[in-house]
Amino acid sequence: MSQPRIDEDEARSLARALVADLPPARTPVRDFLAAQFDRGLAWINHPPGHGGLGADVRLQAAVNHVIKEAGGPDAFEINPIGHGMCAPTLVVWGTEEQKRRHLRPLFTGEEIWCQLFSEPGAGSDVAGLAARARRDGAEWVADGQKVWTTMAHRSSWGLLIARTDPDAVKHQGLTAFLLDMSAPGVEVRPLYQLTGEAEFNEVFLDGVRIPDAARLGRVGDGWKVVLTTLMNERVSIGGVIPPRGSGPIARLVERYRELARTDPATARLHTGAVADLWVRAEVLRLANIRLSQLRTGDTPGPEGSISKIIAADLNKDVYSELVTLMGAEGLLYESYDKVRPVLAMEYSTPQKAFLRSRANSIEGGTSEVMKNVLAERVLGLPGDPRADKDVPWRDIPRS
Amino acid sequence: MSPTVDFTYTDEQLELRGVLRKYLAAHSPESVVRELMDSAGGYDRAQWKDLADQLGLQGLLVPEEYGGLGLGATELGVVMEELGAHLACLPFLSTSVLATTVLLSADGEAAAAWLPGIVAGEVTATVAVTEGRGAWDPAAITTEAVPACGGRYLVTGVKTFVPDGHTADLVLVAARSGGELLLLAVEADTPGLSRHPHSTMDQTRRFATLEFGGAPATPIGGDAAKALDRAHHVALAALSAEQVGGAQRCLDMAVEYAKNRFQFGRPIGSFQAIKHKCADLLILIEAARAASAFALWSADADAEGLPLAAAMAKVTCSEAFFRAAADNIQIHGGIGFTWEHPAHLYFKRAKSSELLWGDPALHRERISRLLELTV
Ligand SMILES: Cc1cc2nc3c(=O)[nH]c(=O)nc-3n(C[C@H](O)[C@H](O)[C@H](O)COP(=O)(O)OP(=O)(O)OC[C@H]3O[C@@H](n4cnc5c(N)ncnc54)[C@H](O)[C@@H]3O)c2cc1C
Repeated sequence: MSQPRIDEDEARSLARALVADLPPARTPVRDFLAAQFDRGLAWINHPPGHGGLGADVRLQAAVNHVIKEAGGPDAFEINPIGHGMCAPTLVVWGTEEQKRRHLRPLFTGEEIWCQLFSEPGAGSDVAGLAARARRDGAEWVADGQKVWTTMAHRSSWGLLIARTDPDAVKHQGLTAFLLDMSAPGVEVRPLYQLTGEAEFNEVFLDGVRIPDAARLGRVGDGWKVVLTTLMNERVSIGGVIPPRGSGPIARLVERYRELARTDPATARLHTGAVADLWVRAEVLRLANIRLSQLRTGDTPGPEGSISKIIAADLNKDVYSELVTLMGAEGLLYESYDKVRPVLAMEYSTPQKAFLRSRANSIEGGTSEVMKNVLAERVLGLPGDPRADKDVPWRDIPRS
Repeated sequence: MSPTVDFTYTDEQLELRGVLRKYLAAHSPESVVRELMDSAGGYDRAQWKDLADQLGLQGLLVPEEYGGLGLGATELGVVMEELGAHLACLPFLSTSVLATTVLLSADGEAAAAWLPGIVAGEVTATVAVTEGRGAWDPAAITTEAVPACGGRYLVTGVKTFVPDGHTADLVLVAARSGGELLLLAVEADTPGLSRHPHSTMDQTRRFATLEFGGAPATPIGGDAAKALDRAHHVALAALSAEQVGGAQRCLDMAVEYAKNRFQFGRPIGSFQAIKHKCADLLILIEAARAASAFALWSADADAEGLPLAAAMAKVTCSEAFFRAAADNIQIHGGIGFTWEHPAHLYFKRAKSSELLWGDPALHRERISRLLELTV
């Protein structure tokens, strides 16, 4: 378990030693990340040998800060789904062998990961998913369709949840697997989004054979695995702590200043809106610091949803205002040429960021569903009447 | 006492709505919109001509003496609402609202020269006013018109964000000659005019930058400042109706989906979070309808009240449409974020309409001046 064996100063000096020994400017990204992993500075809370030092999770921020200052690479950016969601899940649920096999290449970016949860019929209600895995000797055979699978087109591995028992109530009939994306029967098709890019995909599984050794957790534990991933996803999306006034709000303020120079009369009309957004960004940053300081266990609780909801609304509003500040120029768009990007989450031009940010309140769990979680799990309010409880999955009403 | 507003529709107006709705369902389904969205011009000339032949809508505001229907702004609103609901890719706002309104304020000669062609669907037209950032501000116009022989002028300057500027056959350009503001007709194939289409976020509405390098032009007469003012406000009122139509379509889509999409064994519309989002949109759109209809009515019945009414409509309808389009995406979840689903087409149209001819902040400022609230 994670005992705080080192303190923040030690964590910082370990990170300084890393960037001194492997100067980022002269070190290939993968070599740097490999060394970061081997020195236990990848996920500092992971056990030694698995990219960590068994230290307090909060020390990771100090490490990341030093590496960033030194111009080092960002493993999260290279493999966001793998880094933010699959790795924390693997470390909780994986066997020693699975952790040893997967964590290091995941961190270095040698093996990109995707998350195969959502299906056409099961998004918010991911526990209602229909992709099947049937046991066949020492193997499983998977069939079904996944959707919105970010980066599947670049992935070596996927964290797959499939139904192994359709007669059980829905949360109990699920099992998690580590899916080799190059296995026969896995087909990835691009799914274009409103920006013109295909970050995400449809993934079809047709008689895909998965060795039982690639099962993650016990048979029927799939829902517990999902919860670990989703909690981490929320933190990973909403819980980043940037320096004050950086990120999207910096772009807005910069644009505002430019407008104030060239067209002060128009800028004045937007002063209040920009100041309001700046305050919201700063308060979110403070709330994230507060939440991260209060966080103790390795797996974040439902409070992570608070940051994620605030961040989603804020991002959407900041980018919308950014486009507004551009005046009619905001009506332009570089190009809708259909591309399959190498990195997820492209926020390059203001217009693209404006369009891309609309997904922030959908991806990783919608804001509505997360408010249900907050209301029920944090506040203890009664849940909705459920038509899908205590019935076998196959008997639940669906469209 | 100003006259009393009447929000009811006559049977003829309702019939117009029905006929146009049927026409657009047949001629401008989503598949056609997507095709035109990707085309260089952004609309189909044959379809434009067909609309004129079948329904004569290009001449909606044009008096019968020029072959038009001689209808009023309320009918214009009915048409704009349907065009907005279907995202019809047609140069209607540029040709049949902006340019037509300007020509109606010009001298008889210019009107007689151009309006019959517009009515027949043979000529498309636009008005080139905005420069720089795209604000509608005739006082800031720097484009110049220099007298040449035969009562003609040579126009020099750059106009930005000219609606359908890359395809219009006739450009009515606002330029300054000495201290005087003029409106001049420039034919599109004139040497000295070069046109650069923009790549737009909303691909269903196109704009171009027009560079005039000593382009020969004929003044259209009339009081240019007045004509531009009128065109601006009529266009804002028309745009607001288009926004209402788009917003209503977004709500319809969202409600339809909320009834049929099941999660957790229930239609998502049975969750109060979704139900209230839809009800909130209904409320916003109802208010937007009132604001828009009032602006349209003012265009015909209360010229003095029109600037305030048009600005109110721009603010209210921009915000309603944006919310409706954004919430429609949210209510659809992942599918609403895809290229293949139409939700994004409305979302992009909503943002582009919000920014066109001044964002809500600018119009609030205008309203505060009109109400003498400025300190
Ligand atoms: C850009 C992007 C990337 C994604 N990447 C991945 C990925 O890599 N892997 C993956 O598995 N998934 C991914 N997703 C899928 C994402 O998790 C789902 O889209 C999301 O969970 C919503 O599911 P849905 O799209 O089916 O919408 P639905 O669940 O059908 O929701 C539709 C609407 O109903 C509302 N709703 C549903 N249930 C309730 C309720 N109980 N109470 C109130 N409101 C409710 C929702 O909030 C939403 O507004 C991605 C999505 C996006 C947009």
